[in-house]
Amino acid sequence: MGTPLTPEQITERLSKQFGDELSVHLPPGKSAAQVAIVSRESLEDTLSFLQSEAGLEFDFLVDVTAVDYLHFDEPSIQERFAAVYQLYSTIHNHRFTLKTPVPEDDAWVPSAVELWGSALWAERETHDMYGIRFKGNPDMRRLLMPEDFPGFPLRKDYPLRGRGERDAFPQYLDSGPISGGAGKEGGGG
Amino acid sequence: MSEKRKAPGMPAEGAEQSPPETLGLELLRKGLAADPEYRGEHPEPRFFITDEAEDDFGGKTMTLNLGPQHPATHGTLRVVLKVRGEKIVAADTEIGFLHTGFEKLSEHMSYQQWVTVTDRMNYMSAMNNNVGYAIACEELLGVEVPRRAQVIRVILSEFSRLADHIVCNGLAGMDVGAFSLMFWAFERREKVYDLMEAVTGTRLTTSYTRIGGVFRDVPADFDSMVKNLVTEFRRFLEEMRSMTLGNRIFEDRMRGVGIISSADAVNWGLTGPILRASGIAYDVRKARPYSGYERYDFEVPTQEGGDSYSRFVQRLEECEQSLDIISQAIEDLPEGPVLSEDKKISLPEKDEVHQNIESLIHHFKQIMFGHGILPERGREVYSSTESPNGELGFYIVSDGEMNSYKTRVRPPSIFHFAVLPKLIEGLMISDAVAVLATLNVIAGELDR
Repeated sequence: MGTPLTPEQITERLSKQFGDELSVHLPPGKSAAQVAIVSRESLEDTLSFLQSEAGLEFDFLVDVTAVDYLHFDEPSIQERFAAVYQLYSTIHNHRFTLKTPVPEDDAWVPSAVELWGSALWAERETHDMYGIRFKGNPDMRRLLMPEDFPGFPLRKDYPLRGRGERDAFPQYLDSGPISGGAGKEGGGG
Repeated sequence: MSEKRKAPGMPAEGAEQSPPETLGLELLRKGLAADPEYRGEHPEPRFFITDEAEDDFGGKTMTLNLGPQHPATHGTLRVVLKVRGEKIVAADTEIGFLHTGFEKLSEHMSYQQWVTVTDRMNYMSAMNNNVGYAIACEELLGVEVPRRAQVIRVILSEFSRLADHIVCNGLAGMDVGAFSLMFWAFERREKVYDLMEAVTGTRLTTSYTRIGGVFRDVPADFDSMVKNLVTEFRRFLEEMRSMTLGNRIFEDRMRGVGIISSADAVNWGLTGPILRASGIAYDVRKARPYSGYERYDFEVPTQEGGDSYSRFVQRLEECEQSLDIISQAIEDLPEGPVLSEDKKISLPEKDEVHQNIESLIHHFKQIMFGHGILPERGREVYSSTESPNGELGFYIVSDGEMNSYKTRVRPPSIFHFAVLPKLIEGLMISDAVAVLATLNVIAGELDR
């Protein structure tokens, strides 16, 4: 294994390559790791740079997830969602976190499936939970929720107890979508 | 920009994808068609058709469901196979039968409360989840854990790992016909659970860790219990070896099925024994030591084959390493507290609460809604530990409230199960069972 780089050194390399397109966010608290934030337009280039650049060589995409900042009152966060990438290098033993802001009304990010196969299901789950589409991912079916489920459970505006079966699956009710009419026996949640 | 590397197994760009076959269930399709936007790039599900017109037994294919209720899937996993005779032509999977919304729950429970939820993820080795989550929270809060608590955590995690590995191997044995292996493994696992019960009070859902340590000290005879169990396990591993390795039937069933190359294993995000059975020596305990693992002398064994047999052998060898770690750790179990002294983090003794006002306030501040343990606002960590199945990661974002703003669990199983269709295409149905057994996919952490 080579010498691991610190997140600061990695962001420095990234800034050298991408300049203004990259901003760096340092979460508060001691020994907090730096998180780099890139726009989704330059996400593909950044990820492939991180994977192939000598000295970085992030060959392992640990995880893809998202954060919904709906109730997070912070002026520096402009967009509702952020897609989060956790990267690791088995060659150099260093890791890195990358974020990209995703707007609510046009929620998509480019897929990383062509770079790392592990993105396939990780992105699928993120789409399932947050409704963020990963353009280029060949399999955007629902992963954990049923195929015909309309909501996105991990969004902050989705209630903890759900909306109940009658709202979630109106197509299975005898009376059609609920509008004051009697649902199927035992329906509702 | 340099040339992009293609993930193995992915269709080439622009390559014509075979039109997805329709599902026979009209009802399901009606629901899907209602909302095409959210269905993503695939207009139809890819589960295979069981239409009488196309499906016959005269040389064509048929669709076969393996699970979600099938003895060989060891949990609620659904694998849909398209078979020609006994041969698997294509496979697809469906998960989510055990989806319980653990991550959503984390946003509504306090940090300490959510420890109990982690038990239910990989229920084969609940202790490793407890420890992984506690370490993530400690990183979030910047809490120091007393040395004694760290060593106890190491010992119990390694026993949990042993239990997980031998049961996985025992079930793998059962799936290929060696039934007694399963009984032996479960018998030994009960011994581990006896120890867990003596220490934590429960056998399966341990909930033992607290942020800043563990919730109570080990019993007085812990030392002798651990040493006896280590001796017994060494003998048992020898039995398991002699039953399987070199056994003609066993080797014929396990060798050469489900081969994963080392490049693929890294690219697909596999971790733990599966990655190491493909020749990559990545172990979180060595790469980023936690809980004082750097103090112990142990190896990270690897195999070359990358097949089911290698994964079986890999788990056996990791068991030996775990026993070595336990033997070293029990010799060097220091005296001292098992929970952080910081009263902002750990609950005071109950006697104290009844006797003095300061402890009562600390107790109140931690338990009452709206108080609790409050990490710094905007702080976020990704912390990972080595669970029996591989890298178990927790990504926690804090907004300064008593419950986390977001907790993401990076379960190893989800990445392992994602590659199953690629591994079993072209094999026989019975081989698919042998492959699935050594992947050790636990539905609890797969679906969460």
